[in-house]
Amino acid sequence: MIEIHNIHKAFGGKKVLDGVSGVFETGKTNLLLGASGTGKSVLLKCIVGLIKPDLGSVTFDGTYFTNNKLDIRQEIRRKIGMLFQGSALFDSMTVEENVEFPLKMLTDMSKEERKERVDFCLKRVGLEGSNKKMPSELSGGMKKRVGIARAIAPKCTYLFCDEPNSGLDPQTALKIDELIKEITEEYNITTIIVTHDMNSVIEIGDKIMFLYQGKKLWEGTRDEIMDTDIKELNDFIFANRLMRDAKKVEEEEREEEEERKQGSQQLSSDEVKAVPEETADVQHDQLPENPEGPAATTQSGKDKV
Amino acid sequence: MLQALGKYLLFMSSLFIRRESGRILFNRTIDEAILIGINSVLIVSIVSSFIGAVTCVQVAYNLNNAFIPRSTIGFMVREMTILELAPTITSIVLAGKVGSSIAGGLGTMQITEQVDALEVMGINSASYLVLPKVVAAIIVFPLLVILAMFLSILGGYLAGTLSGELTAQEYITGLREQFIPYNIAFALIKSVVFAFLISSISSFRGYYTSGGALEVGAASTAAVTNSVIAILVGDFVLANLLL
Ligand SMILES: Nc1ncnc2c1ncn2[C@@H]1O[C@H](COP(=O)(O)OP(=O)(O)O)[C@@H](O)[C@H]1O
Ligand SMILES: [Mg+2]
Repeated sequence: MIEIHNIHKAFGGKKVLDGVSGVFETGKTNLLLGASGTGKSVLLKCIVGLIKPDLGSVTFDGTYFTNNKLDIRQEIRRKIGMLFQGSALFDSMTVEENVEFPLKMLTDMSKEERKERVDFCLKRVGLEGSNKKMPSELSGGMKKRVGIARAIAPKCTYLFCDEPNSGLDPQTALKIDELIKEITEEYNITTIIVTHDMNSVIEIGDKIMFLYQGKKLWEGTRDEIMDTDIKELNDFIFANRLMRDAKKVEEEEREEEEERKQGSQQLSSDEVKAVPEETADVQHDQLPENPEGPAATTQSGKDKV
Repeated sequence: MLQALGKYLLFMSSLFIRRESGRILFNRTIDEAILIGINSVLIVSIVSSFIGAVTCVQVAYNLNNAFIPRSTIGFMVREMTILELAPTITSIVLAGKVGSSIAGGLGTMQITEQVDALEVMGINSASYLVLPKVVAAIIVFPLLVILAMFLSILGGYLAGTLSGELTAQEYITGLREQFIPYNIAFALIKSVVFAFLISSISSFRGYYTSGGALEVGAASTAAVTNSVIAILVGDFVLANLLL
């Protein structure tokens, strides 16, 4: 269980976190939800100690972390695994060396034990056989998997994921989300996931904390999130839903388009091409924060052409 | 400027607190040393051979007085390359080669959160990443400078004899004239100081990169220009102190 109490953080006079408190439970996937720029990443970094909060405290299973003695903080840090937004794999090392790295640095396992653990972790995230690949040879989804393997390799008790499904297609994103949830339950760890994706909320959100402009506005389970009367949260959900609806509308339009194309042969191919590009632009402008939108539109755009 | 200097000094002192175990740092240092050596040996060889050749040809051109023996050309090539050209020019070349790669590498690690990944594991990233680079540079630079001395004298020999300015015998006589072993020691001291300046300044520039790819490029450029200025100032200070 991780408790945070009254976390404040400002960067050069600009308030980013304004008194956030809360509890993250063990064996559950705790979500930090909010639009871009609301301070989710900063809060996560305050919790793991990469950023020092101006005020407030973080407690890991009853042990005070922020501002505690260095060796106590180090002790806790050794139990922390973190998956970064861009995976943050060490690009001079192979997949295997990346996963082995925390074991080498943090444990006194023998070489054989390390090898065994690395193979186990890679298998757990579905990457057996990719041991010798370099990070540059991996797809986005595979990088995230390696990142997860590296995070759980030293048997972490706390797992932090910053936008684990950003930049992934919806299917891969779902798989990564599910993997994190499975691992959380299997090893009974305390997991905190930063996200701005309502899909994640619906699929894996055991407990959700909604951040808005550096403040916690709402907290609850995924069953409760739909009947909240907080305006900002409803707006956020609505924007997400709007995006999904827009996608649906666009699909319908595409079908209509195809029917029309079949009906009248006079339509020049140029015009047909122009239509999907326009719709793509409009959608992009309306919903710039949606992670899937642009990718999904380009795909459907391609289909049309 | 003063602020940057203070931050640099704090950065350097942070390398020594909360260090990793000696074995890990030792292995990292060997890796870095091999990397620096392999990446720079070719460019250093080319540059120093030509510097020697050009020095020889130009000295010969200026020394057409019949009263001065031709062997003086060999003497002057030796003095100029050992004392100044080999250590300083080599270091300036290495500032471009090694400095930019250190800053670019660390900058990339910083903006892709690899540095944060180290910190989360409880590793002092500055010490883990930078200390081996500085130590490796201090070990490898003098070796490269020795190579540069040898090759520039060889370059001078080839240029001088092939162009017919002087005979092999004259050149070698010149090389042996009034030899002061301290000059070699001085050159090696310079190379150690320059190694420290280049590796630490470039690491500092790279480590404190924030933003994106553009800033990594800017950090690399700043690393090279700052290092070159530091080398030239250091060269002047050392010449005053030690000669
Ligand atoms: N190191 C920093 N220095 C200054 N400002 C920062 C820093 N890190 C984040 N910020 C600012 O804090 C705000 C929240 O950022 P962040 O937590 O990354 O948002 P998100 O919720 O999208 O993860 C942004 O406005 C960002 O500009
Ligand atoms: Mg973020």
